Amino acid sequence: MSESLRVVRRSFLVGLGIAVGGLALGSFARAEEPGGPGAKGTAGDGLRPNVFVHVAPDGLVTIVCARSEMGQGVRSTLPALIADELGADMARVKIVQADGDKAYGDQNTDGSRSVRMDFARLRRTGAAARMMLVTAAARRWKVPAATLTARDHAVFHDATKRSLGFGELANDAAKVPVPAKEAITLRPLSELKTVGRELPLVDGADIVTGRAAFGADVRLPGMLTAVIARPPVVGGKVARHDPSKALAVKGVKRVVALPAPKPPFAFQPVGGLAVVAEDTWSAMRGRKLLEIAWEGGDNAGYDSPSYRAKLEAAVRAGGRVVRDLGDVDEALAGAKRTVEAVYHAPNLVHAPMEPPVAVAKADARSCEVWASTQNPQSARAAVAKALGLDEGAVTVHVTLLGGGFGRKSKPDYVVEAALLAREMGAPVRVQWTREDDIRHDYYHSVSAQRLVAGLDGAGKIVAWQHRTAFPPIASIFDGATYAAPGQLAQGVLDVPLSIPNVRAENCEARAHTRIGWLRSVANIYHAFAVQSFLDELAHARRMDPADHLLEVFGPPRTWSPADLGVAELPNYGQPLDEYPIDTARHRRVLERVTSLSGWRGRAAAKRALGLAVHRSFLAYVAVVVAVVKDAAGKIRVDEAWIVADCGLVVNLERVRSQLEGAVVFGLSHALYGEITMKGGATEQSNFRDFRLMRLHEAPRRIHVEVVESDAPPSGVGEPGVPPVAPALTNALFALTGTRVRELPVVRTLAV
Amino acid sequence: MTVRLRVNGIDRELDVDPETPLLWALRDALGLTGTKYGCGEALCGACTVHLDGEVVRSCVTPVRRAAGKQVTTIEGLSPDGSHPLQRAWVELGVPQCGFCQAGQIMSAAALLAKKPKPTDAEIDRSLSGNLCRCGTYLRIRAAVKKAAGEP
Repeated sequence: MSESLRVVRRSFLVGLGIAVGGLALGSFARAEEPGGPGAKGTAGDGLRPNVFVHVAPDGLVTIVCARSEMGQGVRSTLPALIADELGADMARVKIVQADGDKAYGDQNTDGSRSVRMDFARLRRTGAAARMMLVTAAARRWKVPAATLTARDHAVFHDATKRSLGFGELANDAAKVPVPAKEAITLRPLSELKTVGRELPLVDGADIVTGRAAFGADVRLPGMLTAVIARPPVVGGKVARHDPSKALAVKGVKRVVALPAPKPPFAFQPVGGLAVVAEDTWSAMRGRKLLEIAWEGGDNAGYDSPSYRAKLEAAVRAGGRVVRDLGDVDEALAGAKRTVEAVYHAPNLVHAPMEPPVAVAKADARSCEVWASTQNPQSARAAVAKALGLDEGAVTVHVTLLGGGFGRKSKPDYVVEAALLAREMGAPVRVQWTREDDIRHDYYHSVSAQRLVAGLDGAGKIVAWQHRTAFPPIASIFDGATYAAPGQLAQGVLDVPLSIPNVRAENCEARAHTRIGWLRSVANIYHAFAVQSFLDELAHARRMDPADHLLEVFGPPRTWSPADLGVAELPNYGQPLDEYPIDTARHRRVLERVTSLSGWRGRAAAKRALGLAVHRSFLAYVAVVVAVVKDAAGKIRVDEAWIVADCGLVVNLERVRSQLEGAVVFGLSHALYGEITMKGGATEQSNFRDFRLMRLHEAPRRIHVEVVESDAPPSGVGEPGVPPVAPALTNALFALTGTRVRELPVVRTLAV
Repeated sequence: MTVRLRVNGIDRELDVDPETPLLWALRDALGLTGTKYGCGEALCGACTVHLDGEVVRSCVTPVRRAAGKQVTTIEGLSPDGSHPLQRAWVELGVPQCGFCQAGQIMSAAALLAKKPKPTDAEIDRSLSGNLCRCGTYLRIRAAVKKAAGEP
């Protein structure tokens, strides 16, 4: 194909809104599209045992990916798992990205839940199709189904060396009753070819050629672009404005006022004024020329330094008891010595490389959306509510996400696009600028924690008191000032401590900005404080930090809620008997990471090592970070080791890449990451002042080990992050003697 | 006003404000969406393209600066995705979300065109303007070396 033809053809397809880049060529489908798995079956068009799988008479197998791809590899993993259970050849499988629809079950792609929640469920979708194909073949050959096997896209009767392709069987199989959930037989794990393997990266070729379609790449005929001026303070609104200069910009069509939200803010857009233009640059220029006087509202007094002081006062004063074992007051009173420390971690912003973006087309009766969203069902519900439509009248297509990290599970930006599309009577793309992203995020909580330990005459730890204060996630939904148990079960309630007297308290903290969940959530600050404090105690007790951690975890055993001192333990939504807290697994990752990193011989090296171990999202992760000081006195991270026990692993290659990425993500925040508020408004605005780790600052090497495990699959995307910050600051203490108790490190040391 | 430039080997005439950043001319006017918007201030490198072979951040480059010049975007780096960097990127599974990777590859391609066997320090220097939030840096480094045929 000639160069010019290629480009023309591409523009043509994109212009029709069909192609939406390479992704759409074979991977977008609407539920009603003929041939898509969601479609209603008609005789002769193949087998549709459920909404995930379609086997066409020509042998093409279509498999739906119902979770959003944001780099964690779901599109390379989940369809392959279904195909594996079915016995399909991936070379003859088309992957289709699901729209938001309850028919697919949970689609919310956060909480590191895709494989751990979907492993059995998705296997059943492939197994049902396999069983129906096998039954059809058994009927045709008049042999017992048990004598047949499905593999390589066909059903085989090995005794007679006969086989029939899936396509040849598809229409007959469609007449076989769909097996009930209880009747579905899964393959033995040993038969699965995807488990524990390195699977190909489905979208790799499209990404490296620029064909992959992200949210901002969707183009519809007549599409307008909106850039929105939002109130700098959450809950604020436009007092008065003059749009004349903005309207004078060539290409600007209108300035549209968006409704101010009412608390609780939840997933509502924050309001403001939208500049709607024919193209992005005109919209951006128009917004710059808008003259707006803002009203600050209730949160205009929010300043980070005074808020920090308030949080620190709260953790000195005490709060609601959330974990209680023995008698901490008495044990502390009788202790020979106490050790105390207060830790502080700042607000953080998600800053996915692709700022939030959505495209919508709407009329009085319906709305169709293309969005870079982690949760298309919640986007669908939010759009339906905002437009006063039934959910059935709203379609949400999911593009590739240019990063998510939790930000894109809140559909405020999708609602903005829907409101503006209806108002304009034309398709509208809402493009957040980087400044919008940094200034109007659902921020990771700022926090303060105070830890106190009591040591007896022999130096043994007899008491542990942990107080934590942070504006909770629930604040966006109901104004909560205390954390829900689910957030406290991220590093406060669930830490096994072989200490006789333990108490944890949650102190009140009112939110003055929108709080959201950021990759690994409350584990970030809780693991930082707990793993730092354990390192402090190791030094206070003159013990090796690794030996000290092993002593605190105690012997290999499972811990009940009663052992932890809690009435019940939210366990990332999964039962404790299937996913217990098991110190054998803490110990194992610790022992592996110290062995790999040369921990025991570290004194001889010219660099310093730090260690941390943390369980989150049901995975056990240990990290060692090595730091060095250069001739100019500047500190850098030299090398890192991360060992994870994630239970059963499907796509080992993407698990490793997630863990590598988690090290960089964790280091970046710990070293430089900070969002501060003044007068209720975010002080940072772009990568100039929200600093991220760059290539030359990344470690020379990151060693990843995923331990083999018989346990059921845990989360993967998030659990690599929490131990990174304390491993770093523990290493910094070993290198410099300075204990970093406030993040980011750059506040204390030259990095 | 009309701006004439050559994009990926094709002569184009654009009727746009000459101050429009090249990024938006490419994306909005020409439909070349492989070049990404990430920051608008030359801080992240997601919009990296080549102007007469040199790396520029298209988000801060007025389209008038490209007049009469050759612009190469990720879509034009190779006819079929076979540039050694593109192959190495796929083979080593570099991308996670993938959003920054076109910019990373374009920066690396300009480096390799000048320095076929770059040192680690040269790779670090050339790519320090390209952010990756997913943290794929170590694989990026490895893929550049692989494309350069270095160990």
